[in-house]
Amino acid sequence: MANPVKRWFQSFFLLEMLRGMRLTGRYFFARKFTVQYPEETTPQSPRFRGLHALRRYENGEERCIACKLCEAVCPALAITIESEERSDGTRRTSRYDIDLSKCIFCGLCEESCPVDSIVESRVLSYHAETRSELLYDKIRLLGNGDRLEGELARDRQADSSYR
Amino acid sequence: MHDLVNAAWWPPVWALIKIIIVLIPLLLGVAYLTLAERKVIGYIQIRLGPNRVGFRGMLQPIADALKLLFKEVLIPSTANRFLFLAAPVLAFVPAMLVWAAVPFGPGVAISNMNAGLLYVLAIAGLGVYGIIIAGWASNSKYAFLGAMRAAAQLVAYEIAMGFALVGVLMLAQTLNLSKIVEAQAGGGFWSWYWLPLFPFFLVYFISGVAETNRAPFDVAEGESEIVAGFHVEYSGMGFALFFLAEYANMIFISILTTVLFLGGWYPPFNVAPFTWVPGLIWLLLKTAFLLYVFLWIRATFPRYRYDQIMRLGWKVFIPITIAWIVVVGIALETPLRAILR
Amino acid sequence: MMLTTTILFYVFSAILLVSALLVITARNPVYSALYLVLAFFNAAALFLLLGAEFLGLILILVYVGAVMVLFLFVVMMLDINLERLKEGFLRYLPLGLAIAIVGVLEMVAVFWTAPIGRVPAPGPIPANADNTRALGELLYTHYLYPFEIAAVILLVAIIAAIALTLRRRPDTKSQAVGKQVAVAVRERLRMVDLRGPKP
Repeated sequence: MANPVKRWFQSFFLLEMLRGMRLTGRYFFARKFTVQYPEETTPQSPRFRGLHALRRYENGEERCIACKLCEAVCPALAITIESEERSDGTRRTSRYDIDLSKCIFCGLCEESCPVDSIVESRVLSYHAETRSELLYDKIRLLGNGDRLEGELARDRQADSSYR
Repeated sequence: MHDLVNAAWWPPVWALIKIIIVLIPLLLGVAYLTLAERKVIGYIQIRLGPNRVGFRGMLQPIADALKLLFKEVLIPSTANRFLFLAAPVLAFVPAMLVWAAVPFGPGVAISNMNAGLLYVLAIAGLGVYGIIIAGWASNSKYAFLGAMRAAAQLVAYEIAMGFALVGVLMLAQTLNLSKIVEAQAGGGFWSWYWLPLFPFFLVYFISGVAETNRAPFDVAEGESEIVAGFHVEYSGMGFALFFLAEYANMIFISILTTVLFLGGWYPPFNVAPFTWVPGLIWLLLKTAFLLYVFLWIRATFPRYRYDQIMRLGWKVFIPITIAWIVVVGIALETPLRAILR
Repeated sequence: MMLTTTILFYVFSAILLVSALLVITARNPVYSALYLVLAFFNAAALFLLLGAEFLGLILILVYVGAVMVLFLFVVMMLDINLERLKEGFLRYLPLGLAIAIVGVLEMVAVFWTAPIGRVPAPGPIPANADNTRALGELLYTHYLYPFEIAAVILLVAIIAAIALTLRRRPDTKSQAVGKQVAVAVRERLRMVDLRGPKP
């Protein structure tokens, strides 16, 4: 600084410190951004990738045709599928497991699915007390789908024009 | 009543009553200062701070205290058991002892002693033993580094602090804290000592922040480099005692700055609405403001680097205070004397 | 009141003597330093009992608050091997004893010749005596020259200590904080117009 007198005043009266404190002092009165979680939540996108679900057609038939594309694409190797021929001659899964302790919620399974069967819902606050409870099998995944079908269908509909 | 006052057992009992009257509000104040700190820092960081326990988090300090009470006291296997347990007490006791001399009104103190200022300075310097012994007895590298930093820092800043108090002595002509406040009576806030002793006021308050190991001078704790410094190994009540000592010292430094530089219990203006308010309220209001500044500073500035702390203490504060002592001494020999006294 | 003072005097003196003894007998040097702190404390308490609050508090302020902190600082950093220290004990014992005997004899000689007992005991302390003011008035009038000379000697000692430990190391790099703070934007940043002349 060119002016030594001004500089001396700046450092002796701690003016630069006070300038910093003025800034933080202003923020003391600023509007707070805290989201009070259980009562308030942040807005969610229809593309939110949360707990997985297996969907059904409207007639109650499960969508999954055991093509195993999701198993192949899963980067965390969290999906395990076994298939067999059902009595009516169609190919169906006999086992469909997702290990949520491995899953990284990348959404690739959902993108790879040709029949929109495996999807990720908006549910984010699921929990378990043991690791084995985090292993979702076919029955539980279908159950998720049945429970959340309305919301899942609405979200796919809202997102359909971008796909 | 007369017999009661003259009885041999009465003076110690009366002293005990006075101690309780001061210490219980003090400890409550300490508890709520922790809440105030979290709230103020939260607000400055555009957060809300704790607001779940009780109305707006008013019961949070009590929940914290209960948690600390019921936590297990862990003693590291290689620690020096006796000193490890003694250290928190050694930090806590001086933090309480200093309050013996603090005046709350004209002549109102636990002990209105003649050498009050000296007593306060002497006892306040003892808190460092708790920190040093904690660091050494923990037998841990981080704790030891924290203790070493604290020791060097406290010695450096105590000198600047002592010199700052010399200025007050020169104007007030007494070591009695109550009389120092009375010497600042007169025309309101411009007759207080912060104005003629402005460099001392700044040096004293900043040294006070350094003495209490508060941010930005908290290198003794230094979470990011030495984990938590001298109290890494402490849990439960041992940790709580260090915590209480730190916050009690903060309140103490604030109230002493008020007493020495901000006119103690005198109102800022000698006009009607201000003089109606009792002196104790003014004293506490000024103290509360300085405590807010403590928190404000913590929320604003990043931690000093250790060598910069030493540089500030030895190469900036001590020369400034010595120079200003000379200035005050010369001013007292000129006609200014009548204004300053 | 007299009785309480007497009891307190003996309590403080006893603790003082015991802790002073422990300073030289404790095996751990850190313990020695801490016992020394305790000894200073009790000495300060004795001063307070005498009504010499200035001396007592200065003892705590200077010795306990600053000197002993630095002592502890050093002692804690040392890695003292007690076995090695004990090896020389017998070898140095005669020399140590001789010094101790000379010291005791000198003290006896001083007490023998000094007018102890001939000085009248001080009268009772007036109720509102200001110890600090009395000391100051004596130091700055009657003992002004010895006081100033002592101050100059201390100053010389400080400068000497700094001069002895000061070494200039031109090869190390260090900050000049003042210069850093004094830097202005204009000195470091030059705004250049890169648009060039108009066609």
